[in-house]
Amino acid sequence: MQRHLISAADLTRDDAVLILDTAEEMARVADRPIKKLPTLRGRTIVNLFFEDSTRTRISFEAAEKRLSADVINFSAKGSSVSKGESLKDTAQTLEAMGVDAVVIRHGASGAPYRLANSGWIDAAVVNAGDGTHQHPTQALLDAFTMRRRLIGPDAGLGQDLEGKRITLVGDVLHSRVARSNVDLLHTLGAEVTLVAPPTLLPVGIETWPCEVSYDLDSTLTKSDAVMMLRVQRERMNAAFFPTEREYSRRYGLDGDRMARMPEHAIVMHPGPMVRGMEITAEVADSDRCTVVEQVANGVSIRMAVLYLLLGGNEPAVTHPRTEEK
Amino acid sequence: MSKILIRGAKVLGGEPQDVLIDGGTIAQVGSGLSAEGAEVVEAEGKVLLPGLVDLHTHLREPGREDSETVLTGTRAAASGGYTTVFAMANTFPVADTAGVVEQVWRLGKEHGYCDVQPIGAVTVGLEGKKLAELGAMHESAAGVTVFSDDGKCVHDAVIMRRALEYVKAFGGVVAQHAQEPRLTEGAEMNEGIVSAELGLGGWPAVAEESIIARDVLLADHVGSRVHICHLSTAGSVEIVRWAKSRGIAVTAEVTPHHLLLTDELVRTYNPVYKVNPPLRTERDVMALREALADGTIDIVATDHAPHPHEDKDCEWAAAAMGMVGLETALSVVQETMVATGLLDWAGVADRMSVKPAQIGQATGHGRPVSAGEPANLTLVDTAYRGLVEPAGFASRSRNTPYEGRELPGRVTHTWLRGKATLVDGKLT
Repeated sequence: MQRHLISAADLTRDDAVLILDTAEEMARVADRPIKKLPTLRGRTIVNLFFEDSTRTRISFEAAEKRLSADVINFSAKGSSVSKGESLKDTAQTLEAMGVDAVVIRHGASGAPYRLANSGWIDAAVVNAGDGTHQHPTQALLDAFTMRRRLIGPDAGLGQDLEGKRITLVGDVLHSRVARSNVDLLHTLGAEVTLVAPPTLLPVGIETWPCEVSYDLDSTLTKSDAVMMLRVQRERMNAAFFPTEREYSRRYGLDGDRMARMPEHAIVMHPGPMVRGMEITAEVADSDRCTVVEQVANGVSIRMAVLYLLLGGNEPAVTHPRTEEK
Repeated sequence: MSKILIRGAKVLGGEPQDVLIDGGTIAQVGSGLSAEGAEVVEAEGKVLLPGLVDLHTHLREPGREDSETVLTGTRAAASGGYTTVFAMANTFPVADTAGVVEQVWRLGKEHGYCDVQPIGAVTVGLEGKKLAELGAMHESAAGVTVFSDDGKCVHDAVIMRRALEYVKAFGGVVAQHAQEPRLTEGAEMNEGIVSAELGLGGWPAVAEESIIARDVLLADHVGSRVHICHLSTAGSVEIVRWAKSRGIAVTAEVTPHHLLLTDELVRTYNPVYKVNPPLRTERDVMALREALADGTIDIVATDHAPHPHEDKDCEWAAAAMGMVGLETALSVVQETMVATGLLDWAGVADRMSVKPAQIGQATGHGRPVSAGEPANLTLVDTAYRGLVEPAGFASRSRNTPYEGRELPGRVTHTWLRGKATLVDGKLT
């Protein structure tokens, strides 16, 4: 493992499988009556959020607290940042308070990379989403969800996603989730297809390790998992597509389309969902939809990442099953 | 002013000759000239060029003296071998009146490191809506002949047409910053493979090319000449080549950084590589070099754009666009054009002195190195190779993309009308 987690592309296959396996251990902790490990006791982690994201922030916070870390939440709104303080000064200020790791969410692509590589601070940096660049823990929790559902929690240990056919649908252009998933799923051996109207695919996508299609119906039948990406209604005003209705008709997932997917195939969504836009309520609330599971898995994955970055070589969970007997 | 004998210099890279400066002019060029009464500069092995002329410099004064002033900027120019710089109009206040251009012009004269020729804004406040008083700026003491809204594109086709037409009355030229504004909303880097991966807003080549295509057609239609600032794409080269083949009066410049650097560098997210127009691809770089060699692109211009440290020591999105360039331009041109065999030193003199002086009508600059001409000269140690060390820059700003990079060539002497502004690499 590297010192920081900035991009899903930085992970080797073995790194990624180690994180997924560790997360599996962490998930077992969540099933205990007391969901807490002493692993990061005495370590301080700051959640440095320059963008509003309640769910990601809470997920990291839950992960940090379950590992017994001391947690500081820093939201840029109403802080010195809104008065013009720079990212560098903010980070240095926090580090001066003895922070061991910085979990950063930032609207500017590359901000976590700069934080980790500019010599501003020494703390480990975890990217919790930067601009339209990367969101590596999201990709990890998605891969974790796929492995659990398509292979199995126990059978999956040590396994990657070799040969699994994953389809991502929606606003790829503005999506850090799509970029992270393409990188990680490729590393894990999955076959990825991106489906979107041409306006929502970036110029330069031809070098990505995935297939690209403009047609959802033809890819659904050969998908083991279909991940719907959020499409913001405002995109309509910038002429990315004519109307919300037309988008839904061509690229939305409804019950009819879901019925055409293979029986074992799952529906995923990174949230927050725009019901009626990219996904209908019927699909969102069906058993095949893993949205809620993804949220739970997010905590396990973030525990695994923080543990592996900060916890050193000691086992995260000391013989949990025997200990509890 | 005393006599100076430059001994054994390779004039324009040719055979070694002696050049005698007397007062402000070149008195004699030949071999074995008498050193009597003259200060001797041993120039064996060095190349003597006419003083360089930069058609595109940001001196930042008035308004952003924290990044550069006329004094620091012209010292940087002298350091880089320049004897004339054209100062862009995007200052605070904007150089859109006779008053502002005269101020900049006077400051240049007072400091005396190189001639400062102000560029006037095309439109009031660079807003692209209303023509600035172009005639008044031309008639001012500054004698403005080049007009540009650089930093912003004169995007309105009617305003551009009128500007092109209007300046014909006094032989002016409009220098266009070609950037279609709608296509570049939120643009942060070249749109392509790298931007797709990095998730940075794309600046598509077509946003530059479509404006250049429109403007050469406009220039043709109204019979004006147009100059294209910092041309950066292979497609732009094709359009200018086509326009020239049709006899359209278009000239174009390329920056040193677009001759050397590519958008691959943006992978570091280091804003020192953030510049407008953005760094392009390897294919573009090669097309630009070829176009500069074959004359499709007429000149090298630095687009020297100083910024204070804090405007670059931050995340990419928050950073200012631009790079300093006056003190490294000749080295980059030697690396990309001379060392590659694309241009000889006479060609460098043409692209960095003769042609820019002609386009900007900088009288007395870009002249042949021969008797009777003004002694605006630059002496270059072309055998030198060394690391770029921004700490030694004369510019107030350090935002160079070449820090720690090894580049060839070093300007050792610069003379402005016979007065040394740089001696043995040190400013006078």
